[in-house]
Amino acid sequence: MLILTRKIGESIWINDEIEIIISEVKGDQVKIGINAPRTMEILRGELRTEVSNENTEALTSKLPNFK
Amino acid sequence: MKIQTAFLGEIEIHDSQTIYFEHGLPGFEEEQKFALIPLEDDAVYQVLQSVNNAQIAFVTVNPFVFTNYNFDLDESTVHSLSITSNEDIAILTIVTVKEPFSESTLNLKAPIVINMKLKKAKQTIIEKSDFPLRHPISQGKG
Repeated sequence: MLILTRKIGESIWINDEIEIIISEVKGDQVKIGINAPRTMEILRGELRTEVSNENTEALTSKLPNFK
Repeated sequence: MKIQTAFLGEIEIHDSQTIYFEHGLPGFEEEQKFALIPLEDDAVYQVLQSVNNAQIAFVTVNPFVFTNYNFDLDESTVHSLSITSNEDIAILTIVTVKEPFSESTLNLKAPIVINMKLKKAKQTIIEKSDFPLRHPISQGKG
């Protein structure tokens, strides 16, 4: 994994399309601004993990009795 | 094409029944090709079966039968599925099956959106909503 150190107000560009800006750091919280095309999906990691866990739980090995 | 399935044994499917998830589903990123298999006795339920991995199968349902459900498709989904018309879209919801079945839940937070014309699909996550990951199936329309 690429790890970069940034200060408040500094940013990172990914390709020519995505800019990630460190906007505020307070204790253990970091506020991040993202400029990206609206066609890009941006999701909080824990939300994706929740869906991933729910999908794993939903795996079905036998046909349910729909009653 | 014959495929092995999780609970229907070996079955014959047509190309028209297969849909393609470019990036898989969260947790199943490697599974791109799925078949949609209607369950004979009940047009409401369909099995979403991985074509290449018999063990990977989900029970899915048309959510509109169970609940008042509507949301705006985000631009990233519209773009990645190359959706040009509402008429090409189908929406399915994964059922987390419980025993007894009446305790099963619907994942309304992350519906499967399908471009039926191009057979492209994606499990989209509706971030700006209160839709639950586990909507009780027995709750019905509410």
